[in-house]
Amino acid sequence: MTRSVEIIEPGPLTLVQDLGRVGHLAVGVGRSGAADVGAYLLGGRLLGNVRGVAALEVTLGGLCLRACGDVLVCLTGAHAPGHVGGRPVPHAAPFTIRDGQELALGMPSSGLRTYVSFRGGLAMPEVLGSLASDTMSGLGPEPVRAGQVLEIGRRTEGFPHVDVAAVPPPTGGPVELAVLPGPRIDWFARPQALAETPWCVSGRSDRKGIRLEGDPIGRHTRWRDAELPSEGMVRGAIQVPPNGQPVLFLNDHPVTGGYPVIGVVRTADVDRAAQLQPGQQVRLRWEQK
Amino acid sequence: MSHPSDSPVTAPTPARTTPSSAPPLRLRLLPMGDAALLVETDGIDSVLALAAVLAPLAHTGEGIWAEVDDLVPAARTLLVVARPTTDLDELARVLLRAARGASVGAGTSEQRVVEIPVVYGGPDLAEVAALTGLAPDEVVVAHTGTEWRVGFGGFAPGFAYLVGGDPRLTVARRAEPRTRVPAGSVGLAGEFSGIYPRESPGGWQLIGTTDVVLWDTDRQPPALLSPGTTVRFVEAGR
Repeated sequence: MTRSVEIIEPGPLTLVQDLGRVGHLAVGVGRSGAADVGAYLLGGRLLGNVRGVAALEVTLGGLCLRACGDVLVCLTGAHAPGHVGGRPVPHAAPFTIRDGQELALGMPSSGLRTYVSFRGGLAMPEVLGSLASDTMSGLGPEPVRAGQVLEIGRRTEGFPHVDVAAVPPPTGGPVELAVLPGPRIDWFARPQALAETPWCVSGRSDRKGIRLEGDPIGRHTRWRDAELPSEGMVRGAIQVPPNGQPVLFLNDHPVTGGYPVIGVVRTADVDRAAQLQPGQQVRLRWEQK
Repeated sequence: MSHPSDSPVTAPTPARTTPSSAPPLRLRLLPMGDAALLVETDGIDSVLALAAVLAPLAHTGEGIWAEVDDLVPAARTLLVVARPTTDLDELARVLLRAARGASVGAGTSEQRVVEIPVVYGGPDLAEVAALTGLAPDEVVVAHTGTEWRVGFGGFAPGFAYLVGGDPRLTVARRAEPRTRVPAGSVGLAGEFSGIYPRESPGGWQLIGTTDVVLWDTDRQPPALLSPGTTVRFVEAGR
């Protein structure tokens, strides 16, 4: 029998995500994929899924879904308090939603993105080898909406772990991110200012990038009015537009960009950046490789 | 390269030989985090020459090239996307060694040519004529008179920045970008020409429209134009 889940409420933004599309940057298609890769992969691992099957990325909770058939699921990432039939469900540990029961997620007190993984993964037609919803190119599934029925696949290997993964929840306090020098660091008068300023996450942040607010980063006089020909961008790149307010690129970043990149956040730290809530404090720390 | 029957006429051009006297590319390696390298060159011709040498290596995936997931040509740079576990120093060494085989003007054995039929007469044709000092007819002749080449993509799936056109067609973007530019609009901006793959906002000067489908997710490959492709505009009406 085919198992599925019906979306009752999608919450503010729920997207289908996996590891993203690889190999299409030159024709303008970015990688996209789960913003907190570590949390997403953990969910699949705890369920015994084939690596990279699709899950739901729930932004700021609010998701409610009903199981059709018994469905084994796992929540990872931001701790959105979940309930099934009025009872709290565990985080980072598999549990079953029985046929006809509903799972409801509240809003996480810290962290932004919760991953709801299903044993066997979500089964949908892939676009260029991926089910990632790319909010930049528009490729992949549309944001999940009320009434939608999502079919559960059978892509498993081995058995689920019954234990709980001991992972701390994303912090709501100040977050420090390690930054490596970027290709255009010489365009800036005092690159160390990036590490001295306490940055605040803007409410206008999304999967394309996190906008940071604080004392503007000034350009070197030599480059004050210079225009940079567009160049390839990466997840984690910190671009500084003329207003001096940095943008930290996340998974749906533009493939190329025309503002100088002062530094690039270490890959291992971008996952934590992806869990930053609007208003949260960020410190950037320069690191040499 | 195989090609679907519903796309415009394509024909291979004769192989170009590598001039033995061609100077090596001047490259500068720039850091781009723990999983990529940015290679800076002196211009788009060098970028494409470098990409032509590196793309087959990344495709065959031997040695460290197995860790290279993507190459992103841009106006002056080539971004080499690897993985956080990749030894970037080693990749840099291997890359620079491979780049010695690259030189501007060295073509691949078969260059794709795509013809794009255009109905000229877009909303900015008169403006482009005024900016360039040409008559509208002369703008069309200039646009169709030289072969363009795909320099790089970005902006939207299937969009291509076309380079190498008639230098008289260099025009500034519109002061006020349009909120809606229809799919198939053919435009000019700076030294570039381009075709909007789908409706989107945009500031390019629009001189015509085409029915050609630039991006079709169900086509293989989905993008009609990719870096290096030669593009010939043909007047299909006015």
